[in-house]
Amino acid sequence: MSIARGRSARVRQRIQRLGFFGMTLAVLLTITPIVIIVGYIYAQGMPAISWTFLKDFPREGMRAGGILPAIVGTFWLTLGTGAIAVPLGVGAAIYLSEYAPDNRWTRAIRIAIINLAGIPSVVYGLFGLGIFVLFLQFGTSILAGSLTLAIMTLPVIISTTEEALRAVPNSFRVVSISLGGTQWQTIRRIVLPQALPGILTGVILGLERAAGETAPILFTAAAFFLPRLPTSAFDATMALPYHLFVISTQVPGMPIQIQYGTAVVLLTFVLSMNIVATVIRSRARARRQW
Amino acid sequence: MRARNWSEVVITVLVKTAGYSAIVFVLLIFIFLLRESAPALVEIPLKNLLQIRWYPIEGYFGIVPLLGGSLVVTIGAALFAVPLGLGSAIYIAEIAPRWARELLKPLVEVLGGLPSVMLGFIGILVLAPFVRVALDLPTGLTAFTGAMLLGGMAIPTIVSVAEDALDAVPRTYREAALAMGATRWQTIWRVTLPAARSGVLTAVMLGIGRAIGETMTVMMVTGNAPVVPTGPRALFMPIRTMTATIAAEMGEVANGSVHYHVLFFIGIVLFLISLGVNMAAASVVFRGRKRAERILS
Repeated sequence: MSIARGRSARVRQRIQRLGFFGMTLAVLLTITPIVIIVGYIYAQGMPAISWTFLKDFPREGMRAGGILPAIVGTFWLTLGTGAIAVPLGVGAAIYLSEYAPDNRWTRAIRIAIINLAGIPSVVYGLFGLGIFVLFLQFGTSILAGSLTLAIMTLPVIISTTEEALRAVPNSFRVVSISLGGTQWQTIRRIVLPQALPGILTGVILGLERAAGETAPILFTAAAFFLPRLPTSAFDATMALPYHLFVISTQVPGMPIQIQYGTAVVLLTFVLSMNIVATVIRSRARARRQW
Repeated sequence: MRARNWSEVVITVLVKTAGYSAIVFVLLIFIFLLRESAPALVEIPLKNLLQIRWYPIEGYFGIVPLLGGSLVVTIGAALFAVPLGLGSAIYIAEIAPRWARELLKPLVEVLGGLPSVMLGFIGILVLAPFVRVALDLPTGLTAFTGAMLLGGMAIPTIVSVAEDALDAVPRTYREAALAMGATRWQTIWRVTLPAARSGVLTAVMLGIGRAIGETMTVMMVTGNAPVVPTGPRALFMPIRTMTATIAAEMGEVANGSVHYHVLFFIGIVLFLISLGVNMAAASVVFRGRKRAERILS
């Protein structure tokens, strides 16, 4: 009764309207800038996009030409990150969801994952510099950058994959085991296929973050300018986010068109991953039978 | 049968290794930061690291202005992100009709996926000039500009964690409140939100943790002046954060120099701060879960 004490229905209705208005305002203040920023970048940058912009090397101190090496670099870095982070992350999630006993050690793993998720990206950069570039002597390279990005992406992939695995009803496992399936057979043939859309969504969202990151590759992989494409994992590379940073802060007299054009390419790269993830998730949700 | 058992064992070992790798990585990160930063403490006394002057070329390595810069930007970001993030979470979880919910959640996720360098880029070209004119400042590259953008980057974290927490409140709580004659707003404000408070607190802490660690955006838009902030006016002046200092200077120092070791020392300070924030957030989650288990049993 204390909840309704002392206020007339009309006053309560008015407070409710005020409260709802406040929350709606918060959402609008959050969403509107996103839409405006994305729209503005496309409006400003689309005129710069052409076939030559995508397939040419930068010329005249990057003030002309295209951004091919940056696109290729980001592609390789993202792929390298996935090749390392996906098996490791999915494996860890399988362990946590299907094998791990509920004890102190498992809790330690969970706390470690929470902490990995919170470490600042530039600290990952320092770590990558210390261990991969200098200690293991990979040099400033795609390999060192991918490893650094992979460790940074790991917590995202583990937590989303674990969530997807846990969402598979336990009865599926029980039936498989009762039919004589071993634990790994059950996981591989029953649990993983059912959880696949959820896992894919998590993997793509994790890689999306890696693709857009600059700070972790600053000292581990990124090169200011390279006149050729990387030929091995031990080459340094240009990358889209770092290139955008360079041309918007480090190069005087940079044509604004090229800056916005680069932003459009990076945004498209990231947004398309985001859209693919969203589509996979909503389609799986619509088709799910449990 | 024997071959199958063998593969079961191998798989178990493999996934177990992958699971424990998370612990290994946290330890490795700590060890390597320590390894590279320890010489800094040998070469310069701790007293000098706590000075108020950061001017590495002349050997002044006081990290106080950098700590202060990070603090100002983070507080500013929280002022934007906490009300907007929690408000959005409440709207999405409790008020929005289904279609709006399905539309808003992916949009907030888009914000979370925008690269920080992209927000810095927009900050330089659009937001900073706007701030300069609107607030009549000598430069738009201020802590305030950084705080706005950083707030934006913390919002998706806050929204998704807080929304999960609100969603997890049993429906019976709401039904009971409504049945007693409470309005929907009273139910949200006095029943749902208090019931979800540990999750909401976690959301705020993780959001703030995100803001402390952000690098590229603050490096691009906060002006990078290592001045000790004094008073609220500091929000409208250029500052420099710990993260931006590492990112801006690591590329130019010689490996193994004092400056290099000091940058790693700043890294370990950041690492410990994020560890503190996340442990606190995690302990809130674990405590909340225990309480829920007590109530349910």
